[in-house]
Amino acid sequence: MTETTPGQTIGPFFHHALAFPGDSELVPFGAAGSVVLHGYVHDGAGEPVPDAMIEIRQSDASGVVPRAGGSLRRRGAGFTGWGRSCTDGAGHYWFSTVEPGLPFFAVTVFARGLLDRLFTRIYLPGAEGAVDGLVASREADGRLRFDIHLQGPSETVFFKFPRT
Amino acid sequence: MTSSQQEISEEIAKIQADSPRGAPLLDFAPYRSTTLRHPTKEPRHVDPEGAELLAPVFGNSDVAAVEADLTVQRGGEPIGERIRVQGRVLDGDGRPVRRQLVEIWQANAAGRYSHQGDQHPAPLDPNFTGVGRCLTDDDGWYSFTSIKPGPYPWRNHHNAWRPAHIHFSLFGTDFTQRLITQMYFPGDQLLALDPIAQSITDPAALARLIASYDHSRSEHEWLLGYRWDIVLTGSHATYLEPSDD
Ligand SMILES: [Fe+2]
Repeated sequence: MTETTPGQTIGPFFHHALAFPGDSELVPFGAAGSVVLHGYVHDGAGEPVPDAMIEIRQSDASGVVPRAGGSLRRRGAGFTGWGRSCTDGAGHYWFSTVEPGLPFFAVTVFARGLLDRLFTRIYLPGAEGAVDGLVASREADGRLRFDIHLQGPSETVFFKFPRT
Repeated sequence: MTSSQQEISEEIAKIQADSPRGAPLLDFAPYRSTTLRHPTKEPRHVDPEGAELLAPVFGNSDVAAVEADLTVQRGGEPIGERIRVQGRVLDGDGRPVRRQLVEIWQANAAGRYSHQGDQHPAPLDPNFTGVGRCLTDDDGWYSFTSIKPGPYPWRNHHNAWRPAHIHFSLFGTDFTQRLITQMYFPGDQLLALDPIAQSITDPAALARLIASYDHSRSEHEWLLGYRWDIVLTGSHATYLEPSDD
């Protein structure tokens, strides 16, 4: 473990490299049975973070975590259970996906000014055993909402896993 | 209120006099943009479960072989010093990470990104996007052909320059092994001045971000070769806690 390669910030200039068509659409936007998971990334002053990147990993609706390629070329591929969303100028991220059978989205957060990745989870509303503060809210139009606060009074709970 | 390099270097030295750490400090004021973007609470210790135990999978339908050569993506030859960077991606137990995605991005030889947010008045190179992808092979090897990136100025403090670097994005076999980092070049005098690199306060750990020049990878009258291996954190799926009995 002492030989682990350290992380570094994603910096400001990643979009042209890491964003790709359909990156945040694990299923096509508006598809039957799909749901939008979205939110805003904020800094410690409550300001939006327009240069963050959020990735999610999840099971399918039946609770199976897919082990299939095709995330980078979504057309014609099945459900891969992985997606990426770069925040826009308002700090907004969004995914079109399905509600996972295993009751949370595993989440990684990157940003300019953030020197290493952060891990957290987003639980479905009503999930049993959810970590306090990490439950998405259901909006009137059915979308799932979860804001990420890098710092401040509403700071998101971030994780440390064994062996990391 | 813009600090001088000397002020930044003194701040770095003061922090580094404390306990050296192998992972970057998230609360690292010499990199000014960290101020409002680092969590202040201790992370919560959790055991990975479900989707956290499985990294996303990528395959030949995701990546074309040509994406590993950043010198042939446009009509002509990019300007600069042609290089090849090769190495292995290993997990925390020394096992190769096989058939997994590696993504890179970098500035051109003049220190300019082909990103609309980059305002550095250095020339863009119409033959260079600075973006590459590949899959590791069955022994965990990746290989990119590119152009040596130039250093570039940034606005962290007065006369601030980033050392030449290539951004790397990596996946392991577990979701928890996700890594984004930067590879540096040997002998770069800017490394010691750079608050992003120096946020890794253990010099031995920072050294793991520096590629080595490898003459055996250079090609006669063609390019210079570098070797850089990447070690991810340990995986959980195959890890058994040592038992007490
Ligand atoms: Fe950079």
